[in-house]
Amino acid sequence: MNAATIDAARHKLLVRIQRDLLPVLVINTVIALGLTAFAGGAFDQQMVYSHSIGASIWLAIQLASSWWIKDHSRQWRRLFVIVPLGVTVGYATGITIGSWLLNHPTAGVAAVLAAHPRQTLGMLLLSLSAGGALTYYFMSREQLARAREEMAVSAAQTEAAQRHATEAQLKLLETQLEPHMLFNTLANLRALIGVDARRAQDMLDRLVAYLRATLAASRASTYSLGAEFERLNDYLELMRVRMGARLQFALDLPPELAGQQIPPLLLQALVENSIKHGLEPSVQGGRINIRAARAGSQLVLQVQDSGVGLHAGDSAPSPTGSGFGLSQVRERLQASHGAQAALTVAEATGGGTIVTITLPINP
Amino acid sequence: MNAPNTPTALIAEDESLLADALQAELATLWPALRIAASVGDGASAVTQALNLQPDVLFFDIRMPALSGIEAAAALADAWVTEGPGAKPFPALVFVTAYDQYAVAAFEAQAIDYLLKPVQTERLQKTVTKLQAALANRSQPAASFEATLGQLRALLGGTPTPAAAPLKVIQASSSSAQGSTIHMVPIDEVLYFEAADKYVRVLTAAREYLIRTPLKELLGQLDPQVFWQIHRGTVVRAQAIASVTRDEAGKTSLNLRGIPDRLSVSRLYSHLFKAM
Repeated sequence: MNAATIDAARHKLLVRIQRDLLPVLVINTVIALGLTAFAGGAFDQQMVYSHSIGASIWLAIQLASSWWIKDHSRQWRRLFVIVPLGVTVGYATGITIGSWLLNHPTAGVAAVLAAHPRQTLGMLLLSLSAGGALTYYFMSREQLARAREEMAVSAAQTEAAQRHATEAQLKLLETQLEPHMLFNTLANLRALIGVDARRAQDMLDRLVAYLRATLAASRASTYSLGAEFERLNDYLELMRVRMGARLQFALDLPPELAGQQIPPLLLQALVENSIKHGLEPSVQGGRINIRAARAGSQLVLQVQDSGVGLHAGDSAPSPTGSGFGLSQVRERLQASHGAQAALTVAEATGGGTIVTITLPINP
Repeated sequence: MNAPNTPTALIAEDESLLADALQAELATLWPALRIAASVGDGASAVTQALNLQPDVLFFDIRMPALSGIEAAAALADAWVTEGPGAKPFPALVFVTAYDQYAVAAFEAQAIDYLLKPVQTERLQKTVTKLQAALANRSQPAASFEATLGQLRALLGGTPTPAAAPLKVIQASSSSAQGSTIHMVPIDEVLYFEAADKYVRVLTAAREYLIRTPLKELLGQLDPQVFWQIHRGTVVRAQAIASVTRDEAGKTSLNLRGIPDRLSVSRLYSHLFKAM
């Protein structure tokens, strides 16, 4: 045993003394009073014996249980051995201490037993029931405290999990309503109102549809591929007003796949990545192609851009897909489909980046 | 050539609708201002500003090629401040959709900024300020210094707090025999220099290449020991032997131990003053 475990054991014992001192003293005093009343003898002597025996029994049981019971919920049956043993040992020790304190001849337990067998056995029985009752009381009190503690811990865990989920949802919403995107779009809208009210109206309609869908999607757990493509179209049209000829795009969704369910905003994150890291850093801009296709029992989703590519700039996602947007998409795929879904990032031929997601197709 | 009293401006904004709208609003609020050029990326902004020498610059912050802040820093470095034909550095106005740099929070507000969508009233305030500044250019050097200071702070951005200062640089090199990792004690490094996709690490004995971007490296270096003297150069202060300034106002460093000469960007030349 090293110093730390000895320290811990000492601390535990001190805590228990503090906790049990009063009940033990009360029981000992009650027993002494009872014995004085019914068995006779001097009260002060009964008090000394009662307290030495009671304290010794308590200590014996405590020491034995702290050594022998590590896991209370599984090993509590050992108390049936510990309590009688502790009572017997504690009783013998207590008698010895008591006689020493009162300066009685220390004849030893065996001699006492031989001299007064009935009284001694009666006292032992009395001690046994008192020790048993007290131990039961202490143990159940301890168990109650432990159960309360466990409940508090699990409540804290539930709360943490809930907070985590809310944070993830907020973060998702925040990336969708990225202030740069929002305020730049509003600035364009403000500019258009003066010069082309018809186009401004059109742009506002798309912005409203985009915002509404984003809010709805951030609360839903799945989303149809058709709805996701519609939203992508709104988003890309908004971006086209801003970027002009620097942005070209094409969306390709076979009608029979429109009903497929995917985690909401999945492709959105990829398309935003393409714009932010691929096209926006490029003076000429470029092209984004978004495709959905069926390959056997797999749904294949692809976002390809002709932007600056993977290795340009510090903030571009790394080929392992550890960039913020990509890691988020990966996490969400993992959560929805586990190992059945995959995401790969590759350099597109002729420059740019191509991100491919494969998912099991719903029948 | 301009009539001497016609103020000129350059607009750098990658979204053409916004550039046009700003130009139109300025035409109403400040009819005398002539827009010398309107460009769509940071690199063109620098070349055009050097060519046209406007009085006012409206720079969008997020632009392709170079950000508005980087473009302004590059321009400040290349601007001719002395000799015949030298013009005072233009008044800078940053235009941004979202104030992640907290431009307004700087003590020395040498640089104005506008939030998009730009509101007419707010633009009017900027115009009034600019007109006052152009009319009263008594201390161009002082206001240039203040602009440099603010650009420096903006470029520094939010330095990532160093978890632990770097002790050893791990540089890999490959040859026919395979690849080797060289452990270079930071105490041996004389300077770092950004070069394309790499950062060159120079010691008295030899040169190593690492892939960690200079920006990231800066956060892990002791700023007392290593000084940034250029966008792409960080030098050990104790390795500097002398600092020279030529007639054109360019500052350069001579190092101890190696013959390399390093040029100091104007943004960082405030570091070198005689005691």
